[in-house]
Amino acid sequence: MNRYPLWKSLLFAGVMVLALLLALPNVFGEAPALQLSRKDGELFKGADGAQSFLDLLAKEHIVPDTSYVQDGRVVLRFTDVPTQLKARDLIEASQPGAYAIATTFASRAPAWVRAVGLKPMSLGLDLRGGIYLVYQVDVDGAVKQTLQRLERDYRLALREKRIQYESVEGGPGGVVVTLKEAARVEDARAALAAVDPNVTLAVSDLTIRATLSEQQVRQRQDFAIQQNITALGNRVNALGVSEASVQRQGANRIAVQLPGVQDASEVIRLLGKTATLEFRLVDQTGNPVEAQQTGHAPLGTKLYKERRTGRPVLLKREVIVSGEQLTDATSTFQQGEPAVSIRLDARGGDEMLRTTRENVGKPMAVVFIERERQLREQNGEKVAVDVTREEVINVATIRGVFSNQFQITGLTSREGQELAKLLRAGALAAPVFIVEQRLIGPGLGQDNIDKGVRALVIGSVLLFVFMAVYYSAFGLVANFVLICNVVLLTACLSLFGAALTLPGIAGIMLTVGMAVDANILIYERIREELRNKSTPHAAIKAGFEKAFSAILDANVTTFIAGVVLFLFGTGPIKGFAVVLSLGIGTTLFTALMGSRTVIGLVWGRRAAIQRLPV
Amino acid sequence: MEILHKVPRIRFMAQRKICYVISALIVVGSLAAEAVNGLNLAVDFTGGVVVEASFSGTADLDRTRAALHSAGYSEVQVQNFGSSRDVLVRLPPLGANESANTLTQKISAALGSVDSSVQLRRTEVVGPQVGKELMVKGATALGITALLILLYIAVRFRWKFGIGAVLATLHDPFVVVGVFAITGMTFDLTVLAAVLAVIGYSINETVVVFDRVRELFPQMRKSEPLEVFDRAINETLSRTLITKFATLIVVVALYAFGGEALRGFGLALIVGILAVTYSSIWIASGVALDLGSSHRDLMPSERRAPVDDLP
Repeated sequence: MNRYPLWKSLLFAGVMVLALLLALPNVFGEAPALQLSRKDGELFKGADGAQSFLDLLAKEHIVPDTSYVQDGRVVLRFTDVPTQLKARDLIEASQPGAYAIATTFASRAPAWVRAVGLKPMSLGLDLRGGIYLVYQVDVDGAVKQTLQRLERDYRLALREKRIQYESVEGGPGGVVVTLKEAARVEDARAALAAVDPNVTLAVSDLTIRATLSEQQVRQRQDFAIQQNITALGNRVNALGVSEASVQRQGANRIAVQLPGVQDASEVIRLLGKTATLEFRLVDQTGNPVEAQQTGHAPLGTKLYKERRTGRPVLLKREVIVSGEQLTDATSTFQQGEPAVSIRLDARGGDEMLRTTRENVGKPMAVVFIERERQLREQNGEKVAVDVTREEVINVATIRGVFSNQFQITGLTSREGQELAKLLRAGALAAPVFIVEQRLIGPGLGQDNIDKGVRALVIGSVLLFVFMAVYYSAFGLVANFVLICNVVLLTACLSLFGAALTLPGIAGIMLTVGMAVDANILIYERIREELRNKSTPHAAIKAGFEKAFSAILDANVTTFIAGVVLFLFGTGPIKGFAVVLSLGIGTTLFTALMGSRTVIGLVWGRRAAIQRLPV
Repeated sequence: MEILHKVPRIRFMAQRKICYVISALIVVGSLAAEAVNGLNLAVDFTGGVVVEASFSGTADLDRTRAALHSAGYSEVQVQNFGSSRDVLVRLPPLGANESANTLTQKISAALGSVDSSVQLRRTEVVGPQVGKELMVKGATALGITALLILLYIAVRFRWKFGIGAVLATLHDPFVVVGVFAITGMTFDLTVLAAVLAVIGYSINETVVVFDRVRELFPQMRKSEPLEVFDRAINETLSRTLITKFATLIVVVALYAFGGEALRGFGLALIVGILAVTYSSIWIASGVALDLGSSHRDLMPSERRAPVDDLP
């Protein structure tokens, strides 16, 4: 008798059932869909989120195949592309500019699959088409900006204190101030220290050398990258592209992936737009509601809308501080309450000091200004129009006198994070430039899928035939195990939300090609044992046992190669590495446990077997 | 079905010295081919611009070239890609004051003047600094992989085996890269991935033979190490051939049916698998033997507690 322990067989069966379930969503394929999100950042909620759109479409006799709300976005799935595009135009026309409408694909899987959270593998850009951009953040440029600002602030500070200077010059890593009178060196040092106490000042004769500490430089660089990620992330969200991603890549790069998007120049222009900020006092004399109704703001004021509530607000015309003067904005906690901590440069600090001194107890607002390009219908033609959006993102009461460092409180934790994000996005941006740009057309993507899948099917079928011919019944077992392997691999990739790329398909093929090796090792061992006159049962047992160390060592070494590839690779290489490494795990599991279970089931129960079909 | 019913008695190790010479020639030849022909590195590594365009009919390469010349691009390569309708255009890296965006538009316009219904299937613009970094990363990855594998084999077997395995492993990429230099096929990121996969595969093969050597040493106390190695290779030969054939089926399918994008990947693996078969037998085992592997090297490790996580 040669039976495999029951619990191991059950474990294998259990894992495979789970794997089938996880891999299931990939079977249904995709259909054209629209994904709607609100541009004001609010989320759609509940089942009725989609209802207003269904009603709207029903008037034109368009009925989506299905509709649901996912992650605060409404998804409408259609049978074909013309219906999808017609629906998009209808929704856009109903409330121009209110929604970000993304044309995309949604899984055709039934609702219960979605309800239990099962998702298919997403397709990479090379399979779906889309735009891949890598931005390099000029971190040195960001530091240079800081130094220029410091230089300007120093001049201002010295002039204010009436200290005469020969020159104030920025150099690499610092600013050098040369004074005229030796008597005032100490005064000058104090004035410069007041601008930014964190800068190291070294005095020698008439010169004061100001240098940024290493930590300050690193902070500035990190801020520059974070800020650009935030800004790019905001704008990518505004595009409404599903499955878009903005990720930091290495020390100073940001990779942006936009699946399905085709108009590169339009996207690059949109992403390249800069936003800015203004701090203004709220005008409390005029009536904002009246101003909104009449369309006329009282003299010396300007009418704005509040971002979240849509309420009208009247602000004074004078700008206290603008985004250029903002050096940092982070969400923190102030005495246990969520807050946004803001830092300004010296000039901004001076202005703030002057304003707050005279206006304690009065409200101050932050205005976020962003220019956006929208497509508008004009005389039946679509025309691109630049639209400047100016919104009040926060109104807070001035509680005391402050200058270059202060906090905004009275927000929820989420609001605080959101505000800090917007403030960063509106600060003076560190320069970025595109170092890599890949645009893959949808036709090529479909081509790649078709050819990749064709190669996979042809290769697998030939391999299955060969195995069945060479090892007869045991070959069929190997084929079954290989199929289990691919199912398990697909399940793992779906579970981790990995994107399938063309190199990924190649990785699956390579896994199949190499996984068969484990079975061959075992079968050749069994044949050897049979040749040495072992009984069939002993041969099976010995075959598995003796092949084990070779299978393990061989796979561990390949795994090492896969992990190194993952660590050093980018983009498509990473995808290949993930598949290769995961494939080794699934190969070990299926080839060892799976084969043993099946062989035990078929041949293990019989007490006496004359010949093994191997 | 069986191809080798009996264990053959081929004296592999007798020819190992000749194979060292052959391998040395291969490595030198590969380096020479790279020096003379140069590798046809893709924009992934060199930086530059690639545009894949699909014309409505047979593409007129000369007119396309002329159109791009008159658009101001003198250093331009135009070639067919896959079919007579598809064209691949390659340009050197962008100048400092040229943006990727305007370039795409200019190329699109130039191609449109040749055939108004031309479709741009793919546009890739890679900055030169990105390419340079990739080269460095690729080389580092190669080095680290070799080192880690040496360590693993040294722990699982002995360092003599580790050196044999690493030499065989480093030999294989030379063969692949040499073939790419001679044929002038484009060496891109996916081919680099294939080369690294070949390294993993090479080790995989070597380990199977070494595993058998380790098993045979205690059984063949009276025999010379050379005989043990020969016997191990012969006993695993049937499996070696079957596995290679099975993997080749899959990889050839990738090469033949996977489309233009996977052709280089497929070729690298085909060449790699053939190279691996040769090097895992003659180079890896030969070096381990010549470094003086003997019974003493492997006996103690056999007396360790039996592996208890058997399937």
